[in-house]
Amino acid sequence: MRIEKRLQPSQTMVYLSPVLALVLTVIAGGLLFAALGHAPIASLMIFFIEPLRDTYGWSELAVKVTPLLLCATGLTLCFKAKIWNIGAEGQFVFAALIGGAVSLQLTEVEGFWVLPVILLSGVLAGMAWAGIAALLLTHFNTNEILTTIMLNYIAVNLLLWGVHGPLKDPAGFNFPESALFAEHTLLPLLSFDYRVTVALFIALFMVVVIWVLLARSLLGFQLRVLGENRNAARFAGFNSRAIIWFLLLFSGAMAGLAAISETNGPVGQLIPTLSLGYGYAAIIVVFMGRMHPVGIVLASMLLGLTYLGGEMAQIDLGLPKSITGLFQGMLLFFLLGCDLLIHYRLVLNGRATGVATT
Amino acid sequence: MDLALLENILFATVRTGTPLLVVALGAMISERSGVLNLGQEGMILVGAACAFIAAYSADSLLLGVIIGALAGALVSLIFAFVALTLISNQVATGLALTIFGTGLSAFLGAEYVGQSIEGMTRVELPLLHKIPLIGPALFGQDLMVYLGLALFALVFWTMRSTRLGLIIRAVGENPQVAHALGYKVLVVRYAAVLFGGAMAGLAGAYLSLSYAPMWAEGISAGRGWIALALVVFASWRTERILLGAWLFGFASILHLLLQGFGYDVPSNLLAMLPYAVTIVVLVFMMSRKGAKGLFAPRSLGQPYHPPQ
Repeated sequence: MRIEKRLQPSQTMVYLSPVLALVLTVIAGGLLFAALGHAPIASLMIFFIEPLRDTYGWSELAVKVTPLLLCATGLTLCFKAKIWNIGAEGQFVFAALIGGAVSLQLTEVEGFWVLPVILLSGVLAGMAWAGIAALLLTHFNTNEILTTIMLNYIAVNLLLWGVHGPLKDPAGFNFPESALFAEHTLLPLLSFDYRVTVALFIALFMVVVIWVLLARSLLGFQLRVLGENRNAARFAGFNSRAIIWFLLLFSGAMAGLAAISETNGPVGQLIPTLSLGYGYAAIIVVFMGRMHPVGIVLASMLLGLTYLGGEMAQIDLGLPKSITGLFQGMLLFFLLGCDLLIHYRLVLNGRATGVATT
Repeated sequence: MDLALLENILFATVRTGTPLLVVALGAMISERSGVLNLGQEGMILVGAACAFIAAYSADSLLLGVIIGALAGALVSLIFAFVALTLISNQVATGLALTIFGTGLSAFLGAEYVGQSIEGMTRVELPLLHKIPLIGPALFGQDLMVYLGLALFALVFWTMRSTRLGLIIRAVGENPQVAHALGYKVLVVRYAAVLFGGAMAGLAGAYLSLSYAPMWAEGISAGRGWIALALVVFASWRTERILLGAWLFGFASILHLLLQGFGYDVPSNLLAMLPYAVTIVVLVFMMSRKGAKGLFAPRSLGQPYHPPQ
C-alpha cells in the first residue's frame, strides 16, 4: 500500500476525518480500558454515554461547552490566518485573576452595572494578555507559539500568587483560595436546577458573530489570504499588522469572557486549578471543528464530553482524572493522521490509478 | 560576594541547566533534520513519570534512566508516524504530543504521587572537583550532569566533523536534493525525532530521579518549551546551546539568589522569572538586524512527501 497525492483536496474527507478520528479514539480508548483490566464496552459507555443519560448531564455538558466555545471562537479566527495563538489558556487565567479581583472588590456594592463591569474587566484583561503577544509578534517578530506559551506559565504563576497572597480568603483556613464571590456578582443562571448561566448564550452569539465575519465580510477573506501567503497579503495591500492585532485582541477578549463564565459561574471563586485546560482543549476544538462555526460547536460538545467522561471514569472506574487529557491527545493525533486522506489517497499495490503523483 | 556563594551559584546553574541542555540538544538535532517537534514538554513528562515508576518499582536508578529515555523515544515515535508518514501539520502534531504526554504521564504516575526514592548522589571527580570556583560545578555533580556534558560533546562532534552530521544538515536544508543524492530523508528524520525523544526522556528522568527526586504532575514546568526557545536562541548551533542552557539555568535559580540576599519576594512571582527571561531573550534574538530566522534550517516544519 502506498499513498498518492490527490489532484484536488477531498471535501468529503474534510468532514469525514473528524468522525473517523472519533471512531479510532473510541477503539483506542476501548483497548486502553481493556489493558487496565476494565470491560472495554462498559467502560466506554461510562465515558461517552453515561454522562448524557439525563437532563442534568446535558446541562453539565453545556457548562463545559461554554468556555471551550468562547476560547475556540477566538482561536478559529487566529488559526485561519495561521497565527498560532497557543495562549488562550494564559489569557483565560489572567482574565480570571483580574475579573476575580474586581468581583471581590464589588462584594459589598450592588447595582445593575456590577456584572457588566466584571465582564468588561475580564475581557480587557484577556485582551491585555494577548496584546503582549501581539506586540511581540508585530514589533519584534518573535515566534508567537513560544511567547504565548511562556505567557501561559507566567499567568498561572500570577494566579497562584494571587490565591496564596493578596486574594486569599482571610477566613479560608489558609487554603490557597479566594473568598466565595457574592451572589450578585455571579452570572444569572438559566434555571435554578442547573449550573448553566447566560454565558452559554453569549458563547452561541459569538459563534454567529464569527460565522458572519468569516462568510460575509472582507475580513474573512483577508484572514484566508494572510493564512495562505503573507506576501500575497502584503501585495494585496492588507494591513497585516493591524489584522494580527485584531485577531489576538479578539481571541484574548473571548478567552477573557470564557474566564468570567467560569469564575463567576459554576466555580464562584478563584482557585489554583481554575482552568481545566480549556485554552489547550480549545485548540483541539478548532482543528476538529474544521475552523468552521458549526464544526466548533459540535467539536466543543465532544471535547466537553471528554471532561464529563473523565469525571465519570474517575468515580465509577477509579481511574485518574488525567484520562481526559489522554483522550483529548488521542483525538487530536487521530484527527491529524486521518487528515492525510484529504490530500492523499491510499492506493493498494498493483492498482494503478493513472493519477499524476507530483 | 564570597567565593563559597559564587561556587554554589555556579553549581546550581549547571545542575539546573542540565535538563534544558539535554532536551535542547535533542530538539536541535530534530530541527536540523527539518522536523519541528513542539512535543518536547510531553516527552519530558512521559520520560519523567516512567523513569520514576521504573526506579521506584525496581529500586534501580540506572533502570529508571534507561526506561525514561526509552519512554521518551516511544512517544516521539507516535509524533514521527503522524507527522512524517502521515504528513500532518507539525505544529499541531507537536501540540497533540504535549497534550497527550501531559495526560499520559499524569495517568501513569497517579499512584506514585507523594512516593519518595533515594535520588542520585553526587560523584566528585578526584582532584578536579577541588578547583576553586568551577570545580564543584563541573566535577562535583551527579552522573546525569556528566552524561549531559558527554552528550553535548557527542552532538558537537557529530554535527561538526562527521558525515552523519552533514547528512542531517542536508536533509534539513533541502530534502529534495538530499533525496536525489540517495539519502533516505524519512529515515534520517525518523532517527532524529527518536533521538530527540530519547533526550527529552533522559531529561525527564533527571528531573524525577535526581533534581526533585519525586514524581509530581507537570514536573517539567515548561522546560520543554524553554528548551525550544533555547534552540532559537542558539541559532541551531551546538556550542551556543550549552551557553544558553547555563544562562537559562541561572535565570531559574535567580530566585534562590534573591532569597539568599534576604529579598522577600513571593515565591510564585519569582517562579515566573525563567519564562519572562525566555521572552526577553527571544525578543533580543529576533530584534537583531537580519536575524529573522537566518540560521533556521530551511525546510524546518515543512512536510516532505517522498516521490515514488
